[in-house]
Amino acid sequence: MKFRHEFIEKNVTLMMALTLLVVAIGGIVEIVPLFTIETTIERVSGVRPYSPLELAGRDIYLREGCYLCHSQQIRPFRDEVERYGHYSLAAESLYDHPFQWGSKRIGPDLARVGGKYSNDWHVQHLTDPRSVVPESIMPSYAFLGRHPLKYDDIRLHLEANRIAGVPYDQAMLDNAKTDVLAQLDPAGDVAPLLKRYPGASIGSATGNPNSPTELDALIAYLQVLGTMVKFGDVGVEELKQ
Amino acid sequence: MTSLTPSMGTFEQPVEAIRVPVDYNDAIVRKFIVAALFWSIAAFLAGIWIAAELTYPSLNFGEYINFGRLRPLHTSAGIFAFGGNALIGTSFWVVQRTGRAKLFGGTILPDFIFWGYNFFIINAALGYLLGATQGREYAEPEWYLDIWLTIVWVSYLIVFVGTLMRRQEPHIYVANWFYLAFIITIAMLHVANNVAIPVAWYSSKSYSYFAGVQDALLEWWYGHNAVGFFLTAGFLGMMYYFIPKAAERPIYSYRLSIIHFWALIFLYIWAGPHHLHWTALPDWAQTLGMVFSIMLWMPSWGGMINGLMTLSGAWDKLRTDPGLRFSVTAVGFYGMSTFEGPVMSIRQVNALSHYTDWTIGHVHSGVLGWVAFICYGSIYWLVPRLWHVKALYSQKLVSWHYWIATLGIVFYITSMWVAGIMEGLMWRAFDRLGFLQYSFIESVVAVHPFYVIRLLGGVLFLTGGLIMIFNIWKTVAQGSTSQTNARLAVVGA
Repeated sequence: MKFRHEFIEKNVTLMMALTLLVVAIGGIVEIVPLFTIETTIERVSGVRPYSPLELAGRDIYLREGCYLCHSQQIRPFRDEVERYGHYSLAAESLYDHPFQWGSKRIGPDLARVGGKYSNDWHVQHLTDPRSVVPESIMPSYAFLGRHPLKYDDIRLHLEANRIAGVPYDQAMLDNAKTDVLAQLDPAGDVAPLLKRYPGASIGSATGNPNSPTELDALIAYLQVLGTMVKFGDVGVEELKQ
Repeated sequence: MTSLTPSMGTFEQPVEAIRVPVDYNDAIVRKFIVAALFWSIAAFLAGIWIAAELTYPSLNFGEYINFGRLRPLHTSAGIFAFGGNALIGTSFWVVQRTGRAKLFGGTILPDFIFWGYNFFIINAALGYLLGATQGREYAEPEWYLDIWLTIVWVSYLIVFVGTLMRRQEPHIYVANWFYLAFIITIAMLHVANNVAIPVAWYSSKSYSYFAGVQDALLEWWYGHNAVGFFLTAGFLGMMYYFIPKAAERPIYSYRLSIIHFWALIFLYIWAGPHHLHWTALPDWAQTLGMVFSIMLWMPSWGGMINGLMTLSGAWDKLRTDPGLRFSVTAVGFYGMSTFEGPVMSIRQVNALSHYTDWTIGHVHSGVLGWVAFICYGSIYWLVPRLWHVKALYSQKLVSWHYWIATLGIVFYITSMWVAGIMEGLMWRAFDRLGFLQYSFIESVVAVHPFYVIRLLGGVLFLTGGLIMIFNIWKTVAQGSTSQTNARLAVVGA
């Protein structure tokens, strides 16, 4: 029998079914293997879940739409590696719910901004960007320093991430709230926190560890960006995708 | 062209004259068109404001209207509020007329879609300003609004398909294929891309279920096909009805419409990875995205050819019908941006263009040149028929709108091309000693003049939009004072 398109365009159910079939194929072929091919994520060590304070900071990063001006994805080009550091790995956003790779650089990439500047620099820059970089077009985030950080329900945030697959263990959940304060106070006992979250940046940006602000959280997040993988220890084999 | 199908009969006036009139639901179409016009101005104002913030950063007056919170408001208002209301409204007109059937669902279900959809938009916008966002581009609304939108969208599918099932024409007209593909695919994308774990049932905050590289591809599979199905397939549906109507010519090629429809919807869905070139997404996925994006050029131009060639023998109408001029220019911009897109999806080109303002220029040649213009052409055609008046208040104002808006687009896209290519070249430049030639901030300073030009382009586009609102306002006011015209127009429609 000769095929006639007429047959499809006279039958709305058939047309819907065929449309759904046709539009489903591409996504299935491209997305499903990302979950099944083991080499999709590089086999590097060091990537850990965000500490409660970093996670709270990351929430603020999302809320303020930082991703709309700053990418977190360094491409493997000579200029980018020179400007920003080692190209980004898939493993480095393993626990990023959601990913924050961005699509536009109105400002510079932030994938490895962690440790590049001091906490004081960040406080000054976020409060009044043009006092540090006169030509900057970044908005002022002074209000973050005035907003107390809401972290009463931080444990729920960790639990939601755990459901999504982030390996927060029982101790991490149980200490979620105290870990927020512990990370702000260099004079306190930070050993258990650092055991749970190696390399976390300790210290209060605003100098008052007992009343954390949104600015403290955001800076804690910025300071951990791109610092988890120690590239000196990584071999070529581990980077293969 | 001997195999014209019965669906083409829609355009044959003598057949229509003897038909029994159907009691169409046009009240719902009027609501959507008014909402679309309202949101268009909101989207342009937000766009102008954020463009001004990038040009003069002191305009960031504190947390609620900082760039980062307003940009999602601008994109959502443009795509989902202006575009979405225009799409749903016109689809309700088209599906009724081409099937000669009254809209399914009585008055309640269509009204629920209208209020439900606009409730979604208002809440999403308020959420952005107050800081409720998923932090995923073009999918910013939080989990509770995603669930609400799903309910509204399924209702939309029911009304649209219900009306198709009632049709008296044996064939489903080609415009409806595109509208249907738009509704079905957006449902699929929306549900799959918004799987999230709420912090608590009473909390507005959620975390995306997927992470990192998988989340990235899922998001751009969604994001690119918001372009492909919301901003393309849906508006092609608009093109396939309103251009033949305004030109009083049947679609150029029935066969081409079949081929390009299936090719377009099949190929589009693969193109997402071109947003992730040179990232940590595995190379095989990037390559697939690139290859399919280039292939996509052909079905896209199939649509352009079918739209433009429909004007064969009716090109003279462009002199007398400035509304049709909008539609035809829209198809031209569609052709241009669907050529530019595949070029930018080539990895080596993308290495330069990605992260720069070139992307912003590309998007706006699509959304201003194609999406807004095809809406304008359709709305100018629809308004006299919807409000039962003989003609628009002023064709001259339509013409003014056309030229001012076109000039605005030219300012916008040319300034962004220059800014984008300059950024790309500055970032990768090395000096003779092998050091980076420019610091990042030097590229920010360099693009400032082009941001000023872009801002001017946006102001021009808004000016055109305001002229349109004035013209339509006067047209509608005309109708309410002259009831005899109303009767005449009903017969004419």
